[in-house]
Amino acid sequence: MLDDALQSEGFVTGKLDDLVNWARKNAIWPMPLGISCCAIEMMHFAGPRYDVSRFGSEVFRFSPRQSDLLIVAGTVTYKMAKVVRKIYDQMPDPKWVIAMGVCTVSGGIYRTYSVVQGINQFLPVDLYVVGCPPRPDSLLKGLMMIQDEIGHDRPFKRGSIIDTAPQQPITIPIPMIEGPAPFQREPAKQIITHA
Amino acid sequence: MFTFDQLKEKDPELVFEAVDLRDDQAAIVPREQLLNVARRLKEECGFLQMIDALGHDRMERNERFEVTYNLRNHKTKQRIFLKVRCDEGDPHVPSLVSVWSGCNWHEREAYDMFGIIFDGHPDLRRMYMPEDFEYYPLRKDFPLMGVPGSIPLPHHEDADPRFSVADRGE
Repeated sequence: MLDDALQSEGFVTGKLDDLVNWARKNAIWPMPLGISCCAIEMMHFAGPRYDVSRFGSEVFRFSPRQSDLLIVAGTVTYKMAKVVRKIYDQMPDPKWVIAMGVCTVSGGIYRTYSVVQGINQFLPVDLYVVGCPPRPDSLLKGLMMIQDEIGHDRPFKRGSIIDTAPQQPITIPIPMIEGPAPFQREPAKQIITHA
Repeated sequence: MFTFDQLKEKDPELVFEAVDLRDDQAAIVPREQLLNVARRLKEECGFLQMIDALGHDRMERNERFEVTYNLRNHKTKQRIFLKVRCDEGDPHVPSLVSVWSGCNWHEREAYDMFGIIFDGHPDLRRMYMPEDFEYYPLRKDFPLMGVPGSIPLPHHEDADPRFSVADRGE
């Protein structure tokens, strides 16, 4: 009943969660951290053939302050780990991390003293894309999985990332004042066009 | 065609051991004479370019560390090698940056990887490893996976302890 009335006025009812998720997941701005050869595949992922702009992520931001998704593409050495962590810390808060390529996931072929054996030792990773290097379509699939994950997020749930409210639930009192009768809109006049 | 014997004829005070290294000429020079020999090679024999400088760990041998300089004369298209050795207890070798300035980064790399100290080097810092790193990773007695805890990682409270290098052994 209310739904019908609102729809006739041009409104859509729904959860605010869905709206926020829809906005978030279709504009994931990546922070490309291309530190070795996986970066070449990441460039193809952004380029015209694979074209990540179909998913709203074409805006590669080379500034961590403006990005939502950190794509770590390449071998992370111990010396570089501090830099990667600093970039992650500078990103604003709803943020996701993709570990791209086996070097990043587990050290890969570099089983040596200088390479971190998996960036999950110092970063919370959301998605691992394996391959040496992974094809751009694998990374696209990874991005779609991140989008799915965001779609199932509940950003307004208590305890979620953007929840900064105190523990006691807040009820906003609704003033119970009798107002005027609801505004009745007149039906639109038929527009007559002359051929 | 240059041979090391010509250099000896010019200056009989020079003492070094000339060896044949797979059809290339090499000389093992004592470190006191390295700077003198190198300068003569460049100024009198035309070896204008230093192609490469390498460190080398001759584990369990008498003079443990060796530095090899690969020199090239572009006029005669000849290539020679200059070697100098030092002991583990006293890993000092004269720097050749004053002769070929291209030695700068090569010698820094040899210092970083083997701990060979080049006396007279203008900027002897580590090349690849963090500056507070205490070990020399290309020495033969350095473990492959490194010394656990020698390079700290950034703190991450959600890190999975199953994946830490310290628990993997090796």
